[in-house]
Amino acid sequence: MSNDALMVKARNVHKRFGHLEVLNGINLEVALGQVVCVIGPSGSGKSTFLRCINHLEKIDAGTIKVDGELVGYRQRGERLFELSEREVAERRRAIGMVFQHFNLFPHMTALENVMEGPVQVLRRPKEEVRRRAREILGQVGLSDKEANYPSQLSGGQQQRVAIARALAMQPKLMLFDEPTSALDPELVGDVLGVMRKLAESGMTMIVVTHEIGFAREVGDKLIFMDGGVIVEEGNPREVLSNPSHDRTRSFLSKVL
Amino acid sequence: MVAIAVLVAMAAHAVLTNQRFNWSLEGQYFLSAQILHGVSVTLELTVASMAIGVVLGVVLAIMRLSPNPVVSGSAWVYVWGFRGTPLLVQLLLWANLGALFPTLGLGVPFGPEFVTRQTFTLIPGVIAALLGLGLNEAAYMSEIVRAGILSVGEGQVEAAASIGMRRMSIMRRIVLPQAMRVIVPPTGNETISMLKSTSLVAYVPYVELLFATQNIYTRNYQVMPMLIMASIWYLLITSVLMVGQFYIERHYARGAMRALPPTPMQKLRARAAQLNSAIR
Ligand SMILES: Nc1ncnc2c1ncn2[C@@H]1O[C@H](COP(=O)(O)OP(=O)(O)O)[C@@H](O)[C@H]1O
Ligand SMILES: [Mg+2]
Repeated sequence: MSNDALMVKARNVHKRFGHLEVLNGINLEVALGQVVCVIGPSGSGKSTFLRCINHLEKIDAGTIKVDGELVGYRQRGERLFELSEREVAERRRAIGMVFQHFNLFPHMTALENVMEGPVQVLRRPKEEVRRRAREILGQVGLSDKEANYPSQLSGGQQQRVAIARALAMQPKLMLFDEPTSALDPELVGDVLGVMRKLAESGMTMIVVTHEIGFAREVGDKLIFMDGGVIVEEGNPREVLSNPSHDRTRSFLSKVL
Repeated sequence: MVAIAVLVAMAAHAVLTNQRFNWSLEGQYFLSAQILHGVSVTLELTVASMAIGVVLGVVLAIMRLSPNPVVSGSAWVYVWGFRGTPLLVQLLLWANLGALFPTLGLGVPFGPEFVTRQTFTLIPGVIAALLGLGLNEAAYMSEIVRAGILSVGEGQVEAAASIGMRRMSIMRRIVLPQAMRVIVPPTGNETISMLKSTSLVAYVPYVELLFATQNIYTRNYQVMPMLIMASIWYLLITSVLMVGQFYIERHYARGAMRALPPTPMQKLRARAAQLNSAIR
């Protein structure tokens, strides 16, 4: 595989919170259009790693490149310098993120939530953005909910609005942090359905999830993290049916 | 209920029939030119000082939350100074600034001055009043705004950052509108409190409602009736402010509640409809 087909390239990423080593040398490559699912016990650093990818957290060592560009830093010689607030914001445009607790803007309707990025950040004309936002809401199955505020939507509907809000920025990469963990079981399917469609359309995705079925059927690669390192990675079916590490086996025996 | 109603009626009767309250005199001055001028100055001072207080308060609150210790430190010192000294003292300090710096000049630092002005002509009563009230208010407002900003979850900031929004527009579009639900109720209190604090300006001195009232009673010696008349004006304006506060709070409840609380008119109409159907 040639280097320029890589959407994400993380090399030896380290992250500490005080004395706590949360990421302990993560190496990961995600190809264009690939869907990578990340599993692992609570506290293993999955969220932290996702947040490092769009620079919501600073990293202490290593590099993360998205679409060939360093995220949050500029390299001069051997040293890395943090980008300005404006430059960081610019690079985040291309990276969509979906959170466990949706984090929709509660004072805006579903449609306004989806329009906020393109209007405020990309400065696109409102009418054009509105048309496009309605299309995206249609794609996630929420055409009839555009005028509702988040508090008037179910969890599954809120999460689909959140996905639409990220998609409105036309990202090259989508990050999902346990997108269905806060949902009632009967609502999980709708959200996973939207994500599956997105994967089929060719979106590059990194998905932290406990939905083993989704990882098996949609994922191109499965990663098992524990203690701030990637313990095992590979084809989802192989890893799930025949894990090569004890830690993976004991984790899978608990969640399957 | 009945007992309270009887007591209130008795008190009202006693007040209204007591000759010394001199209600006809109050009626005579209530809409006089002097009093109306005082009322309008009081209103203007309230609005202008609150505007200064809110704008500067927002700036100070954002400064207080800055990661830069010099920026947050200076905001802290400001709040410490202006909250820690009496408002009346601050007003008198502004009014008498001329005594401290008899002249204010524009020129090269430590060098010759090009323009020199007498301070007392630079700081007339109205400016001293606005500086005193507005700068003091900013200290209180900054604490209110800060509490409001802190009430908005970090997830909101992260979600906004993840779609590429920048710090200042996150503040303006995402955080402050949500913080409003926490900011508006105490700001309503501040406005009512400001309305009353403007009476201190009578000692700057500057002619507002209390000063106008004092002007009248020093001539006709009807101290109590005139002070009661002024109080009625203050009460009247406070009542109007409370109505305004209700509608502003309702506006910022959008999205936070599934359904907005009814306005008094809506309640009245619902009652009327109920009665109507009960009669039929
Ligand atoms: N902002 C933070 N400050 C201190 N510790 C943190 C912070 N964020 C996460 N951690 C710690 O880092 C570890 C990894 O957290 P996280 O990445 O959220 O794990 P996961 O998503 O796999 O459950 C946990 O022990 C957590 O307590
Ligand atoms: Mg997590």
